[in-house]
Amino acid sequence: MWKIRIIALVILIITVGIGYFNYSSEINPDSRFPFKLGLDLAGGAHLIYKADISELLPEDVDVSMDALRDVIERRTNLFGVSEPLVQIEKSSVFAGGERENRLIVELPGIIDITEAVKVIGETPLLEFKLVNEDAKPLEDGEKFTQEKFNEMFITTGLTGRFLKRAQLEFGAGGASNYLQNEPIVRLDFTKEGGDLFADITKKNVGRTLAIFLDGDLKSAPVINEEITDGSAIVSGGFAPQEARALVRNLNLGALPVPIELVSTQTIGASLGKDALDKGLRAVAAGLIVIAFFLLFWYRLPGFVAVASLAVYIIIMLALFKLIPITLTAAGLAGFLLSIGMAVDANILIFERMKEELRGSFASDIDGTQTYADTNTAIKKGFARAWFSIRDGNISSIITAIILFWVGTSLVKGFALTFGIGIIVSMLTAITISRIFLYAFGKYENKGIIKFLFNSGIK
Amino acid sequence: MFVIKYRKIFFIFTGVIVASAIFSIIFFGLNFGIDFTGGAIAEISYKTADFEKEKIPSKEELEGQLRNLPIGGFSIRPTEDDSFILRTRNLTEDERMSVIKALSFNGEKDVIQKRFNSIGPVIGSELRNKALVAIGIVIIAIILFIAFVFRKVSEQISSWKYGIVAILALIHDILVPVGIFAFLGYTTAVEIDILFVMALLAILGYSINDTIVVFDRVRENLRFNNENRSKEEFDITVGKSLNQTYMRSINTSLTTLFVLLALFFVGSEATQNFALVLAIGIIAGTYSSIFFATPLLVTVERLSNKNK
Repeated sequence: MWKIRIIALVILIITVGIGYFNYSSEINPDSRFPFKLGLDLAGGAHLIYKADISELLPEDVDVSMDALRDVIERRTNLFGVSEPLVQIEKSSVFAGGERENRLIVELPGIIDITEAVKVIGETPLLEFKLVNEDAKPLEDGEKFTQEKFNEMFITTGLTGRFLKRAQLEFGAGGASNYLQNEPIVRLDFTKEGGDLFADITKKNVGRTLAIFLDGDLKSAPVINEEITDGSAIVSGGFAPQEARALVRNLNLGALPVPIELVSTQTIGASLGKDALDKGLRAVAAGLIVIAFFLLFWYRLPGFVAVASLAVYIIIMLALFKLIPITLTAAGLAGFLLSIGMAVDANILIFERMKEELRGSFASDIDGTQTYADTNTAIKKGFARAWFSIRDGNISSIITAIILFWVGTSLVKGFALTFGIGIIVSMLTAITISRIFLYAFGKYENKGIIKFLFNSGIK
Repeated sequence: MFVIKYRKIFFIFTGVIVASAIFSIIFFGLNFGIDFTGGAIAEISYKTADFEKEKIPSKEELEGQLRNLPIGGFSIRPTEDDSFILRTRNLTEDERMSVIKALSFNGEKDVIQKRFNSIGPVIGSELRNKALVAIGIVIIAIILFIAFVFRKVSEQISSWKYGIVAILALIHDILVPVGIFAFLGYTTAVEIDILFVMALLAILGYSINDTIVVFDRVRENLRFNNENRSKEEFDITVGKSLNQTYMRSINTSLTTLFVLLALFFVGSEATQNFALVLAIGIIAGTYSSIFFATPLLVTVERLSNKNK
């Protein structure tokens, strides 16, 4: 008896400890474990870009997308926002058609997307293409189309992805004074890029290599010899300012593939804060009503249910901080629903306990009506309710897993808190409630005890 | 249990509900929001002091500003807190800037852009397909799970039939809120957005739980009868099980409804519809597990034993 009371006490102390952790990490602004709020609650911008991979070989797609993500990530760091998120996403297999490669950019706290879109979009697209000498020149009146362009310039595969760094230099002039004092941009390739460049230059001596920046032809030098030192020079009649900006942008990363903005979502910080405040207030109000209902209807066991529900909420909040789980409106909805499930487990158990106390099952063994004492009722009540709780919760967990697997990011947030909530609620609503109930001790079911363990309005 | 005895009346009632839900969906149609169709929605307000409220432009003035922009059809709706909600097709960044410029009367007024969403049609249709696929997979997985869990009590009716009955109840639970929202979409322009779909998914999880609890009790009583070699008609067992569980079903739904009502009345506008869909779904789910799914078990048992 005392053993179980000590365990109950230990649980209470641990819970208070976790509660204190939740509280202290929330009032301390430097804490390593703040609640992470999603864009819809904290305000910010959510941008979806579609990557144009039509010119890539299938095996290059993944590498290029990774490179694209790194580049955009470096650029978003320019904003100084706390945690920009840049993710690659493939369109769903269920959507039909060709799978699109997308880039999702989340910028918490950025409301004016004009600037955001500009900085991301400014990332230069650097391409090296060989001029096709066999291509027919444009005839008079012939329109310059994409097909014509593709015919005239052959993709080499050398792009900004292979760039190590760019430097601003001024032409030394040389014999012909060709580039005297003109700003030129020197490009150093990575090892891989250098090899590719050497290969291209070796095989195409005498041909023209066109250097495109954001689709504009910047310069088209003739390859004189194989270049093995892994660097190239772009000279396009830059103004010094222009060249400087280009070098900065190239160093931040040239885009390996062109991208197109297909979806933007922004939510103002005040709107997000409003949603959060009201949401929290609603949850608190709902919980208070639930607590009163449980106390009124289930009395002593109801009190225990409220206590274990409090433990449940404290544990969940700590998990949100520790894992960490980014909280969104959808995530809060999942959490809310899991509270309903946690209470459900206790209601199932209490209804079964009540049946035991009434003797409906105890009478069947030898025909005599024996009323269970409270301990026996608790034991049997839990044992009999367990199968319903297990099956109901497993079906909910199946639902959560499928939603997490198939869903979009919003649905995933819902599924995650819902799923974790159900698992934790099985611990608190079953194990912890049981310990609390046992801690009250063993009594005959009569008098005040009968009242306390009964339920309803009777 | 009277529900079992008068089950035909409840079947007719359920049938009427489902039929009117389907009718509502077909007749009114579903008012899909931009989450699914693609398009743009912006909420804007004007920075003015309280005593200068008259400086906030009227809806007509704003319409006049936007009419000449090449953005196609649009709609402006004033909200209660002096904001405006603008809907258009999905906009590019340049188009968005031109819209904001027009709404600021070329910089004369200070526009606050509270939110702006622009969703391409591809993303929208993909979202819709994903949601449908998710619902489909959940339904199949749950039939399989129930068939598995009930495999040991398949004497009266085979276990997968429990699964089918549960899913029929589930379809009812989904159709009712969708039908009501089709009607609301027609009368009050409520839109079906991604939160709506999430609420439906939550109803799936919740009401299957509700049905399983009753079925579990049936299973337990069947097993109990088996062990004690007591012969009992299937409908008596089912009625008894229902009697033993309806209190729990109602109480559980009540507790969840408390939270949802709080969310509806106290919570933010963004989750109001979500709370409403869920509340309707949970009421429908509790109704269907008591008055539809469980009596249906008896009917299924009658039918399958008649054929033997």
